[in-house]
Amino acid sequence: MNYRAESLLWLLQRASAAVLAFCVVVHLITIIYAVQGGLTATEILARTRGSVGWFAFYSLFVLAVTVHAPIGLRPVLDEWLGWRGRSRDLILLAFSGFLAWAGMSAVVAIFR
Amino acid sequence: MRVFVKRANSYQEFEVPRQPSQTVLDVVTYIQRVLDPTLAYRFACRVGMCGSCAMMVNGVPRWTCRTHVDRVLEKEQFTVAPLRNLPVIRDLVVDMREFFDKWARAKGEFRGRQTRQDDFAAVSPRSENRKLADAGIECIGCGVCYAACDVVKWNADYLGPAALNRAWTLINDVRDSEPLERLRAVSGDAGCHACHSHVSCTERCPKHLSPTAAIAGLKREASKAVLRGEL
Repeated sequence: MNYRAESLLWLLQRASAAVLAFCVVVHLITIIYAVQGGLTATEILARTRGSVGWFAFYSLFVLAVTVHAPIGLRPVLDEWLGWRGRSRDLILLAFSGFLAWAGMSAVVAIFR
Repeated sequence: MRVFVKRANSYQEFEVPRQPSQTVLDVVTYIQRVLDPTLAYRFACRVGMCGSCAMMVNGVPRWTCRTHVDRVLEKEQFTVAPLRNLPVIRDLVVDMREFFDKWARAKGEFRGRQTRQDDFAAVSPRSENRKLADAGIECIGCGVCYAACDVVKWNADYLGPAALNRAWTLINDVRDSEPLERLRAVSGDAGCHACHSHVSCTERCPKHLSPTAAIAGLKREASKAVLRGEL
């Protein structure tokens, strides 16, 4: 991994962290509102289905997670297991794809 | 008091008399001169200028010449061990080669543009770059920050706080001719981007420098260079 790619990954990690900080706060407020207001699953789905706003927000959330988590795991695998190089990065790329698939499945499920 | 000195893989116990204003280096010297002349340790100036007497005292890297026994004594005892993260040559003496090789890998040598025929470069001590360079310039290469750093322990290639701090002072030196080459040398998974900002180096630096701030500066400059397409 060269210095340019490493610097870019570091930037992406910081940028996605900033997005996550915003998304997590909004997400927590939404949960507290839904629970305290006593909304049922049907009422929640009534608000999210067809809502482009919620779809865009949670898609952004998923995107930030797919970028942030694999980059954060790179040094963890290196420092804890001594796992470096191409094989580690390919596995993390696959992990990123899994996060995108799992996250977007959930987003699509509350949108459709 | 009882002093436990690490030798090879175990600690050897010594009974050492207390003295007023006694330093840990005084204690190690007493052990070597009076109790066991085979004990190997390293020191030179004895007054906190050379940095060669750094050791782990109660698990914390310190200059032993500037550490009073009063500050480290717990239940009338303390431990002394060789600096962490460096190969031990014998007893309390470590091999510093890797530490200094990393300074070279971080391009820690000054490369100017001018020749001896040119006049002196006029650098204002109040300029922002010079202030940043001055903040880290007093490093004497004792290795305390390197021993305090967990990332060095986990990632053997990591350049370490001292080498990165050195690179940062040179990047801020307006006379320097290789700022981009140096940024490339200190970027990547063995360089500034590997730092987790634990701040142990800054916490332990006997000169009260902040390698953490220097490393943060390198990350910032590397990011700007990447966005400009220069790196």
